[in-house]
Amino acid sequence: MEKQSDLLLDIQHLHTAYRLNGKFYDAADDINLTLKRNEILSIVGESGCGKSTIASSIIGLYDHKNTKVTGDILYNELNLVGLNENLFNKIRGDKIGMIFQDPLASLNPLMRVGDQVAETLYYHTDMNEKERHNRVIELFNQVGMPKPEETFQMYPFELSGGLRQRVVIAMAIACKPEIIIADEPTTALDVTIQAQILDLLEDIQKQSQSGIILITHDLGVVAETADQVAVMYGGQIVEKADVKTVFEHPLHPYTRSLLNSMPQSEDEEEDLHVIQGTVPSLQDMPRNGDRFAARIPWIPASAHEENPVMHEVEPGHWVRCTCWKTFHFQDEVGGE
Amino acid sequence: MWKTVLRRILIMIPQLIILSILVFFLAKMMPGDPFSGQINPNTDPKQIEALKRAAGLYDPVPVQYARWVGNLFKGDLGTSYIQHVPVTSLIADRAVNTFWLSLFSTVISYSIAIPMGISAGRHQDEWQDQAVQIFNYITLAVPPFVFYILGIWLFGFTLGWFPISGSISPNASGFWGTLGSEIYHIILPGTLVALITTTSVVQYLRTGIVDNKVEDYVRTAHSKGVPEKVVFNKHILRNSLLPIASSFGTVITGLLSGSMIVESVFSYPGMGKLFLDSIGQRDYTTLTALILIFGFLTLLGNLLSDIIMSIVDPRIRIK
Repeated sequence: MEKQSDLLLDIQHLHTAYRLNGKFYDAADDINLTLKRNEILSIVGESGCGKSTIASSIIGLYDHKNTKVTGDILYNELNLVGLNENLFNKIRGDKIGMIFQDPLASLNPLMRVGDQVAETLYYHTDMNEKERHNRVIELFNQVGMPKPEETFQMYPFELSGGLRQRVVIAMAIACKPEIIIADEPTTALDVTIQAQILDLLEDIQKQSQSGIILITHDLGVVAETADQVAVMYGGQIVEKADVKTVFEHPLHPYTRSLLNSMPQSEDEEEDLHVIQGTVPSLQDMPRNGDRFAARIPWIPASAHEENPVMHEVEPGHWVRCTCWKTFHFQDEVGGE
Repeated sequence: MWKTVLRRILIMIPQLIILSILVFFLAKMMPGDPFSGQINPNTDPKQIEALKRAAGLYDPVPVQYARWVGNLFKGDLGTSYIQHVPVTSLIADRAVNTFWLSLFSTVISYSIAIPMGISAGRHQDEWQDQAVQIFNYITLAVPPFVFYILGIWLFGFTLGWFPISGSISPNASGFWGTLGSEIYHIILPGTLVALITTTSVVQYLRTGIVDNKVEDYVRTAHSKGVPEKVVFNKHILRNSLLPIASSFGTVITGLLSGSMIVESVFSYPGMGKLFLDSIGQRDYTTLTALILIFGFLTLLGNLLSDIIMSIVDPRIRIK
């Protein structure tokens, strides 16, 4: 049995809709997720699947005029949906830290990086300027910054991509948040730096016992770091399980297609699997039936549920729709 | 920082040399010479020829150029053909008037433009923004002289609030009386100039705010729990002021050239009016001197812009 306090975030029936040409469209459609302490939850899917929408809904950063968020995001029995901005500002940066994709764009070009990290401390702690400075140096050491004192005085343009992302991470963990949301934290970095940053995130998670939501489209990143995985397609979660199950025993056609389109170093000869078509835009997304059906046209319509729902096929392993039971890849039948 | 400034000042030296050569040849190409105004039907042409030779007008061109530059350093810009007084003293009085007029309109212009730009950028597409846009279209579309004449008609003739010409009232006396009268004469032309020079500053600021609002680093600041107001002032606004800082020099140069129109309409004795009068009277020495000064001020304005930029934007400093 888990203790109640191990549950950090409980997302229930989250709908996030964006206004396009006067109409609202759900970019996140009935999302149910939980994040526990000491857990790395990975949300994975192609671009436009609604991964980042979930992140911005959790932290409450969206265009309030053109976005409608309904459902519950419970953090310690506090519902973050529709939370008052002043209260939310006490939680952002303090209880929830956020790491963004592009570390150059996510730092203010005209501010010394040390001051940018210290800014978080200014709003959430009682530290004076000197204490804040020392804490930033401590954080720079923690994130593996080579010359913390010198770096404090530098501007973002003077740092390399990897170092910038370390600054962003230092900023996110400055107040020892319980929840860290990392939105594609390694996408803008080159491969060697990617591995370092992921190791760093894992270390931080182990030290601070926090929960991390890792948003990525890179299954390699998922395999390396995640504990729990939620696969998203078209604004919905299509499969949810622990990382081992997802990689060894994937069920949903989308998950299987994604895994199949990953390069395997063993068989260099074999062509990579390509998922037909693209993710439909928000306006064109079918609202009824299986949203992935259009990209596996060789599967007969009768295989899909009329209104696909999540089924718990084994404890902790959830799959949307029943089409996985009869799903096969196109080339497996041959000649089609 | 100081290295950047020093380097920037050094770049100005060749610019100044090129400017002086251009102005020198412009002066050479203009008809007339220092004795043109002194000829009367009874003057012996041989005597004039002798005077010209004595003045060095038949010396090789480089020698003449060197002498001209030498005189510049001594503060000698030549003698006006028409008014027969040194150009330096002619310009000095006018320069002071233009300086105060420009300073006044710059201060007013920025104090109007910055709040307007902030309001428009902050409330993008709302009524505040639309009101500012309408104002911008009007001030941009109406020719300045029409605007000034309307101003004179409304505030000078109809309402009688402000004097419509000159820089000082003839019966002003005493230090405060003189100063008061001078300021009183500046208010109407200065404010009208300010109103029509706001456009670029307002647009730069509005666009800057609109663009910066959606930048990732603003989202980062929000994600740190920085209050909305602080995010706006410390992150969005500060970064949006960059293009304004960089355009500061050009705005000042623009004011100088704009002074020609406003000074003529208001019969305000400044450099701009002097420039137009000199063209009308074919006073070539004064004209060349003014072109040189305007050119120099343009270079100075650009220098100022670059120095301001290097202070506010760390990315363009040279290490």
